[in-house]
Amino acid sequence: MTLAARMPAMAASPLSGLVAGRRRIGLVALAGLSIACLLLAVVAIGQGAIAISPGRVTAILWARLAGDATVFEGRDALVVLNIRLPRVLLGLLVGAGLAVSGALMQGLFRNPLADPGLVGVSAGAGLAAAATIVLGDRFLAGTLMKLPFAALPFGAFCGGLVSTLVLYLIATREGRTSVATMLLAGVALGALSGALTGLLAYLSDDRQLRDLTFWSLGSLGGASWSKLSAVAPIILPLLLAMPLLARGLNGLMLGEAEAYHLGIPVQRIKALAILLVALAVGASVASAGLIGFIGIVVPHLIRLSVGPDHRLLLPLSALGGAILLVAADIVARLIVAPAELPIGIVTAAIGAPFFLWLLLRRSVSIDV
Amino acid sequence: MLVSDASLDLEPGATTILIGPNGAGKSTLLKLLTGELAPAAGSVHCADEALGTVPAWRLACLRAVMAQHSRLAFPFSVYEVARLGVDGIGRALTRQRREAIVAEALAAAGVLDLAGRRYQTLSGGEQQRVQFARVLCQLEAGRSVAERQVLFLDEPIASLDLCHQLALLDMARSIAGRGVAVLIVLHDLNLAVTYADHLVVMDRGRIIAQGPPAETLDHALLQQVFRVGLSLSRAPAPGLPFLLPQQHRRAPSA
Repeated sequence: MTLAARMPAMAASPLSGLVAGRRRIGLVALAGLSIACLLLAVVAIGQGAIAISPGRVTAILWARLAGDATVFEGRDALVVLNIRLPRVLLGLLVGAGLAVSGALMQGLFRNPLADPGLVGVSAGAGLAAAATIVLGDRFLAGTLMKLPFAALPFGAFCGGLVSTLVLYLIATREGRTSVATMLLAGVALGALSGALTGLLAYLSDDRQLRDLTFWSLGSLGGASWSKLSAVAPIILPLLLAMPLLARGLNGLMLGEAEAYHLGIPVQRIKALAILLVALAVGASVASAGLIGFIGIVVPHLIRLSVGPDHRLLLPLSALGGAILLVAADIVARLIVAPAELPIGIVTAAIGAPFFLWLLLRRSVSIDV
Repeated sequence: MLVSDASLDLEPGATTILIGPNGAGKSTLLKLLTGELAPAAGSVHCADEALGTVPAWRLACLRAVMAQHSRLAFPFSVYEVARLGVDGIGRALTRQRREAIVAEALAAAGVLDLAGRRYQTLSGGEQQRVQFARVLCQLEAGRSVAERQVLFLDEPIASLDLCHQLALLDMARSIAGRGVAVLIVLHDLNLAVTYADHLVVMDRGRIIAQGPPAETLDHALLQQVFRVGLSLSRAPAPGLPFLLPQQHRRAPSA
């Protein structure tokens, strides 16, 4: 009996229960996280030195959306629209970008431990930022240093891009990118960047060392509309490309040769993903410093709850990352108010024990 | 492995079986035929089109490949693995149709009851049958686009028990019966002669003999290629060669 001969007789697929169940879980997760993200954003906007109720926040945002000019006059409205809203939006964007970058890297390297932090992209961005802080006064004493808020992000961004390009050149022979080489080279480049950053810390004076430390722990503190408008066009392409990359990444799970056999343009998918991740991570590090852990924890959590299908994993990771970073920012602002804790401390302090708990709770070990 | 002097036609409707010792270049030849490697000299054509000029997605409609080993990086379910076969090239099909293709392929490979299981928890043989189901999905999805198709199976029965070995090879032959050209790499010489319409023997990067199995295999050739003592006899009923390995000893190098 051939495959073709039996096909038309098939009325209701015996898989429809299984498939419908999975689709339902996916839709529920998407809707749930979207609503949670929205509510959390409203709460986050209300938190801070001047507490504003979620109802008032909603009213102000609604009035702004409706184009009501009188809304700009109140003190609360100024705080919400000029300080808190850009900060929360930056948090959502950076969190989503970091989590999706992590998920993409893990898919690309077929390794659940891969992360922009692991392959040296963040370290490269960090090194460039450290160089800007420590050496900037001496060597960049021109126009650029008159804009200290511009020099640092620009440096970090270039650093991330350069380290990705170096990595790509090392791992690519005759048009083919070896993922294993790239992972190993990334670890080496990361170590090198770390050593050079350490050297810069050694050379720096007390003020620079303090700047360096705080920046390397991450913060959303400097958020403004201008910063947001610089970062958004760089991170958004990554989020918009998710549906384009998801199917290819699923195919890559079988291996590069098998993905090619399935008709996936492997080289194009790899190049696009690497470029988008480099841009997004560079922009994230540039605007919010080094924020670790989101790229590993969030995709892993999503995989544990709804499975590894990238068509769900990528959008859910974006939402999860956005939620985690904004929640961490609320904690960072409240815990030592009126001062502020660096957000990197909070993401790691919440994320790491939670992650360990998840690992301990599982009855079966995770096969890598 | 370097492969040279390899000239091979895969006829629609015929099952071609490729045999040869380890390192003979069978997998390299397969990579050339599937388009994974480009030949340094010569060319590979599929239905009058040179392989290098065919875009990846169209190539995926023309041929499906089951590799020797497929390790999965993340805990996909059996259903999701099989569905990869239709995800890439079956976008024009309706969702119901895609689902039906996957269900039918899983049933044909005998793994429908495992559909909800995690791929990594299966035995090696079950995993191999799931991969076979994925390849069946791809062939079926590609059929709406390409009239002439090729199926490549690289040691598809290596981890299967005897019953499933025969079931898979029967299935491969019935696919060939539909007009698909089938190429299988096998190590079991008796199964190779039983299932092949066309037998190809490779050694040290060259095709050294090919043709109908009964005429292709002889004692000297086997001794030379596999470098073991073999007794070759003709089984009475179909008149096919029947091979019984002798005590393992190296034959004097030719």
